[in-house]
Amino acid sequence: MIAGQTQSSRLLGGIGLYAAITAYVLFALFPIFWTLKISVTPTSLLYSEGITLWPSRTTFENFTTVLSATDFPRYFLNSVIVSLSTAALVTVIATLAGYAMSRFTFRGKAALAIMLLLTQTFPLVMVIPPIYRMMGQVGLINSLTGLIIIYTAFNTAFATFLMQSFFDGIPKDLEEAAMIDGCTRAQAMRRIIVPLTLPGMGATLGFVFTAAWSELLFALMLISSDDKKTFAVGLLTYIGKFAVDWGQMMAASVLALIPVCIFFAFLQRYLVTGLTAGAVKG
Amino acid sequence: MASVTLEKVKKDYGVVRVLNEVDLKIADGEFVVLVGPSGCGKSTLLRMIAGLEEISGGDIRIGDRIVNDVAPKDRDIAMVFQSYALYPHMDVSSNMGFSLMLRKTGKAAIETRVEGAAKRLGLDPLLQRLPRQLSGGQRQRVAMGRAIVRDPQVFLFDEPLSNLDAKLRTHMRTEIKALHQQLKTTSIYVTHDQTEAMTMADRIVVMHNGSVQQVGAPLELYDRPANMFVAGFIGSPAMNFLPATVARQGIAEAVFSDGQKLRLPDGLPLQDGDVLTVGVRPEDIRIVDDGSLKAEVEVVEPLGMSTQYYVRLAGEQLRIYAIGRPTLAPGQQVHLAVDRAAQHIFDPVSGNRIEPGT
Ligand SMILES: Nc1ncnc2c1ncn2[C@@H]1O[C@H](COP(=O)(O)OP(=O)(O)OP(=O)(O)O)[C@@H](O)[C@H]1O
Ligand SMILES: [Mg+2]
Repeated sequence: MIAGQTQSSRLLGGIGLYAAITAYVLFALFPIFWTLKISVTPTSLLYSEGITLWPSRTTFENFTTVLSATDFPRYFLNSVIVSLSTAALVTVIATLAGYAMSRFTFRGKAALAIMLLLTQTFPLVMVIPPIYRMMGQVGLINSLTGLIIIYTAFNTAFATFLMQSFFDGIPKDLEEAAMIDGCTRAQAMRRIIVPLTLPGMGATLGFVFTAAWSELLFALMLISSDDKKTFAVGLLTYIGKFAVDWGQMMAASVLALIPVCIFFAFLQRYLVTGLTAGAVKG
Repeated sequence: MASVTLEKVKKDYGVVRVLNEVDLKIADGEFVVLVGPSGCGKSTLLRMIAGLEEISGGDIRIGDRIVNDVAPKDRDIAMVFQSYALYPHMDVSSNMGFSLMLRKTGKAAIETRVEGAAKRLGLDPLLQRLPRQLSGGQRQRVAMGRAIVRDPQVFLFDEPLSNLDAKLRTHMRTEIKALHQQLKTTSIYVTHDQTEAMTMADRIVVMHNGSVQQVGAPLELYDRPANMFVAGFIGSPAMNFLPATVARQGIAEAVFSDGQKLRLPDGLPLQDGDVLTVGVRPEDIRIVDDGSLKAEVEVVEPLGMSTQYYVRLAGEQLRIYAIGRPTLAPGQQVHLAVDRAAQHIFDPVSGNRIEPGT
């Protein structure tokens, strides 16, 4: 009887959990659905049909206009360049730094960890003026390189802690065994540790890519010329520039989602193992 | 193969000294077991020999070469870890062949040697499996296999059997011993299990609190423990200790707290009134019809072939190990006898063994 009770209460708990998750997912996905819906709604129907779940007629006109008659392909390319470079740079730095934080004891290690943490504590708005000055002095205002440097700087701390936790999850015995087997420390890292940390590196790459892809504040402040704009900035200026063409704006937004989706689809199998690797031994 | 020599080897972690001037000479082909309670520094010492831990002082030699500053990979040693440390992303044959591959051994030669080692350990059907697809015992074998394909100068083992169940542990113990008899590679084996030490070792090194307590053949340590720590650590069930004072009127006797007396071995350098501790192994206490010592039986544990009694003598609980079925019952008064040759006499202050002088 007691067993039956716990079983049914477990079942109830399960149903409750699924209901909650479903509600959350719907809540999170609804704006995306709405964006998609508006992007395929012909402009003529946008206001005339009232609020419907799906328009009576759909079109890809908004997409073709965005891709052919605006600067969005350029913005798109800029965003890809900036996000990919940032993600790659940060992952390399965070892998090396995370490994050192996980495996070595060195003077100033605690201070370094605190400094890394500090970079995460200030509201970004606060650091914009000094950063603007600094970038101005080295001539990196209005340049993609400047953006990449800033994004790398501000994403490295979190990524380093993330990578450190992945390395912490890999027993030291493994690289010690490798070093006895004939590896230098660098070889042990490359042949044994890195293959086992690939999920972690995938997760880091994904997070940083997404962060850089959707970053608006710095891009808005530092980029002025049209040919250097990233997607997020382009999307924003849309409003003033073409009056608010909701259809085109939403079409551009849908396009902006595509690389992130592709990226995560590609990383998915790493991510699922990666995000649990630290928690579960084995 | 090579000898291993430690000279005044020290290890400090900051201000904490975890190893105290260890001196040890391990002969070529010898199987030496480092044994001691948890935290005594056995793993640290082994890892220093492997080159995984820096040496704070002294010299370590493998063969004639001082290896203090030689990288692990250049020491020509192989190590079996307690966790096995198999590479999770490589199959069994790559795990075993990894060291040979790093040494740029040819593919064919690697294959031959891996297969040879696999056959020897009964791993040949498992060569294509990943470590996570193996049982604990199989993983342990792969870890052994990875060590033996190398044909190194020295094998190092850090509690390689402690993750196995009791039966498999006993089995692997015999197997490792047999392997050593075939390969004759110098081996240093760390364990906290004195039975493992007794059964496997050519020589045992007993450690306690970062110091070597005694080095010797298993039965040497059993018969003549250098101090109370070794006496209590080696042997299962453990040695009994009885505090006493010396009474010397012609012959020397130990007087226990309740006034009972025991004739001591002759020639002990002890004066009337000195304190001492008498150590007696459980199998060396005889139950007799009429003897000088009286005790009361408290617990009787029949083990089938033998019986273990707990008796109380002069306020101390003693363990007695007797062959055969129980002949006594709890509450019964018994007479005990201990031969002089079976007594181990210790100084209770220093803990050191007191030998009869000549
Ligand atoms: N990195 C370290 N920093 C400070 N102290 C350490 C460090 N590593 C080990 N010690 C200390 O050194 C001592 C010896 O440790 P060691 O691992 O050699 O013990 P052990 O004999 O192998 O014990 P066990 O049977 O539990 O494995 C312990 O007291 C331990 O606390
Ligand atoms: Mg240990």
